[in-house]
Amino acid sequence: MFVMYFTEQPMSTYPADIGLEVGHTALMFSNKHFDPVAGSRLYNEYLEHYIYAEEQGVEGFMLNEHHNAPFCMQAKCNIFASILAAVTKKAKIVLLGNPLPLAENPVRLAEELSMIDMISKGRLVPGIVRGGGQESLAAGVNPAYNRERFQEAHDLIVAAWTRQGPFRWEGTHYQHRVVNPWAVPLQKPYPRIWVPGVLSQETIIWAAQQRYPYIALNTSIEATKKIWELYDKVALETGYEAGPENRGYLQQVHVSDSEEKAEKNARQFLWMQGEFTGLAHPVWSNPSGYFSPTLRRNFVEFAVGRAENPRGRPTFEQQVADGRVFFGTPKTVIPKLRRVLEETRPSIYGIWGNDGTVSNEDARTCIRLLGQEVMPAMREIGKELGLKDPFELNSPVHLRYSNDLKQMPQAAE
Amino acid sequence: MATSVEWNETAVEMASARLHVARAGSGRPVLVLHHDIGSPGRLDFYDALAHRFDVIVPHHPGYGRSERPQWLRNVRDVAVVYQSLLAALEIDRVSLIGLGFGGWIAAEMATMAPREFHRLVLVGAMGVKPPEGDIFDQAIVSYLDYARAGFHDQQAFAHIYGDVSTDQLVEWDLCREMSFRIAWKPYMYNPTLPHLLGGVRTPALVVWGDDDKIVPKSAGERYAALLPKARLVTVRAAGHCVEMEQPDELATLVSGFIDEN
Repeated sequence: MFVMYFTEQPMSTYPADIGLEVGHTALMFSNKHFDPVAGSRLYNEYLEHYIYAEEQGVEGFMLNEHHNAPFCMQAKCNIFASILAAVTKKAKIVLLGNPLPLAENPVRLAEELSMIDMISKGRLVPGIVRGGGQESLAAGVNPAYNRERFQEAHDLIVAAWTRQGPFRWEGTHYQHRVVNPWAVPLQKPYPRIWVPGVLSQETIIWAAQQRYPYIALNTSIEATKKIWELYDKVALETGYEAGPENRGYLQQVHVSDSEEKAEKNARQFLWMQGEFTGLAHPVWSNPSGYFSPTLRRNFVEFAVGRAENPRGRPTFEQQVADGRVFFGTPKTVIPKLRRVLEETRPSIYGIWGNDGTVSNEDARTCIRLLGQEVMPAMREIGKELGLKDPFELNSPVHLRYSNDLKQMPQAAE
Repeated sequence: MATSVEWNETAVEMASARLHVARAGSGRPVLVLHHDIGSPGRLDFYDALAHRFDVIVPHHPGYGRSERPQWLRNVRDVAVVYQSLLAALEIDRVSLIGLGFGGWIAAEMATMAPREFHRLVLVGAMGVKPPEGDIFDQAIVSYLDYARAGFHDQQAFAHIYGDVSTDQLVEWDLCREMSFRIAWKPYMYNPTLPHLLGGVRTPALVVWGDDDKIVPKSAGERYAALLPKARLVTVRAAGHCVEMEQPDELATLVSGFIDEN
């Protein structure tokens, strides 16, 4: 079982009252509210957290990126990944991930990731995402071709990593006269790609078809089980049987040295969900053409303010009851996480430990308790439940490297 | 209008997509090109024109009831599709009336065939970068707010769209997706178009609502300056959707222009 630490790296010092007044805190929420002095302090605190986490026994860091919003300070996950590649020694650096459609030059992205893989001595997991809808708007990249660009950029990056250069790329969205990067990954055939997501079925299906682990991001336990059902079905159709090594799960878990403090800090998870300030206009999060056509009819009513968010907006108490948010001391949290592992059987588990305005001291306490107590206990539970991760199993990096594919029945003439 | 108009609706296969085409009336042929929010099935403005002309109102490829050609990538492609449509319908000396986004298509068509068309009418036309101000970005507002922004008077909006059905919202979302597919960047203009407008021999009428919140009037002034035989007319108490807010006035203006010698 592979357990990693995650934080959105919140820019928590912006004036939340103004956010509340404006009604949203993304895309168009003015960057005049960004304070670079606080930003400088926070970036350095967050960096220190990862270094500290490794010292406390954390075996992986999950990094992500977002744009034009205070809920996540990382504008480029490769920058933190580069620094951590140099200043840490053992922990895996898991990017979940680079928003591929935003890349105008995926070959350059392939080069950056190869450099990070070499500098980290093979500790990189370069996961990939489509990027949120508002990221498309922030980057000026056409949301209507988001999925096409995601898949083509992926194909080009993998080609840049695995095919001998120079070669030519004449794609639909990307054309390159010469692909011949003089930086290739240390890990062979290429670093493991994981694909995180929240709800779009197309991404789950695509990940299963590639045999890439799918990381369910903070979904409810019931929703997560439905994701595995779909993944498993597509895996069988593709010719292999999916197992825990194909499954990742990120959940919000804050631990502290007292229940009271843990609960107080866990309430900060609502900070990011817009409880205090609201996040974004629906058409920014889901620009036309970005989301699945199957959701169009439900979405339009929500987009004009006639219907509630189809994903709902459960209260803190409801999220605790649903098993989406956990808090407590290691002693009370570990049994809860055991039940999650028993029910959902992932081999990759991300702990979203700190968010919002949790103090530096409390964040470090959380990290220490995770590294020293919670994560080792989870790894033991994982062993007991047979939750072997892709590294332990040395499972195929991609479907094409499988040697266990079953012959698929041929369609009748 | 005193008498009702019979509209004949057909589907025409064009550039690997089925185009919805409505046609009514007789007389000089007039091709009406609708906005980026699609077009209601019937409008008083269309009926008024059909009393005097042979009026053809297609739904743009990927908009309304026309299929989406997956290959379509820019607005000039749409203009070429319409050149093919006119050829297939075997009609010549057509007058083009372009409404907003449709005005961009009409302007592209006019540059492709500088002597081909009888008259060119651009109403609140997109397609050129406004020298002052920007074309309103629909990506940051809801479908409803964008459609409403096209009107000077919200009662006129209500008269056309009523309570706005879910079907209408879905259609607007589909229209928006298609607009993104072909006009995302630069948003709603073609930087090369102004350089080609000078070659157009077709007499042109550029019409602007005096309260157009979608396309700044400076774009209209630019069109009028670049098209060799053009004049600019402003319609009072109208937003971007002049044909929906002041249908009679626009129909009179356009009819007079098409019929003048």
